[in-house]
Amino acid sequence: MINRLAVTEFWVTDQNAALRFYTETLGFDIRADVTVGDYRWISVGLKSQPDVEIGLNALKAGNLLTADEAQFLTKLVEAGKLGHCVWKTDDCHKTYDELKAKGVEFVQPPTDRPYGTIEAIFKDNSGNIMVLSQDKR
Amino acid sequence: MQHSKQILLARRLLDRDYATPITIEQLSRQVALSPYYLIRLFRRVYKQTPHQYLIHLRIARAKELLSRSDLSITEICVTVGFESLGSFSTLFSKVVGISPSAYRRSSQSMRTSAYIPLCASWLHDVHETTDA
Repeated sequence: MINRLAVTEFWVTDQNAALRFYTETLGFDIRADVTVGDYRWISVGLKSQPDVEIGLNALKAGNLLTADEAQFLTKLVEAGKLGHCVWKTDDCHKTYDELKAKGVEFVQPPTDRPYGTIEAIFKDNSGNIMVLSQDKR
Repeated sequence: MQHSKQILLARRLLDRDYATPITIEQLSRQVALSPYYLIRLFRRVYKQTPHQYLIHLRIARAKELLSRSDLSITEICVTVGFESLGSFSTLFSKVVGISPSAYRRSSQSMRTSAYIPLCASWLHDVHETTDA
């Protein structure tokens, strides 16, 4: 039986810029940073959820992607059509204000949703779409 | 490849002496190749110049010390072979993406084992020994 999520990945257009965004802007921890040849596995995660890590996977031509594939995927990521994720917060409005003050690009401010949540939507600095979600009590 | 033993020796010397001041002229003398020829062959084999490889080793060691030691950033800078804190910080930020102090803040809970998930290593065809 599968019992928990351990690792997942986002495609990012620039690993260094993504590392800055996830650590300095969102406040995540670095979980792993390993370089083998020209491949770098770097993962981050929430301080409050130490057993989950998110790989920041470089969108560049190499062993996995051809130049055409990397270019195509980059367009999809930048357009917000590829990476999606929901982050939970205790206070959507407060976190929205904090992240907005740090320059995070929001595509939707905190909004009451009919299914019992308040949700805002932002992009990471590659274009991945992130939902900031608060359960209403 | 011709001179493959010398290229391997050059890499081993860099692996051993990365924390000491080492120039391409000294390295090339030690492996009995001209600097130009050493750089050309080294790049052909390892996809980077000896200098780039040296920087890679120093930065990798600095990352390790930042996340797992109590040494100050100045001490780490000197320990891994940089002579100036300014150039170390600038280079570290450029290569890694964040400053040494930001890296230290964010990496305190980093795993101690150098681990790449199998799915990632399989997809990216990564088989070599890891360095961090």
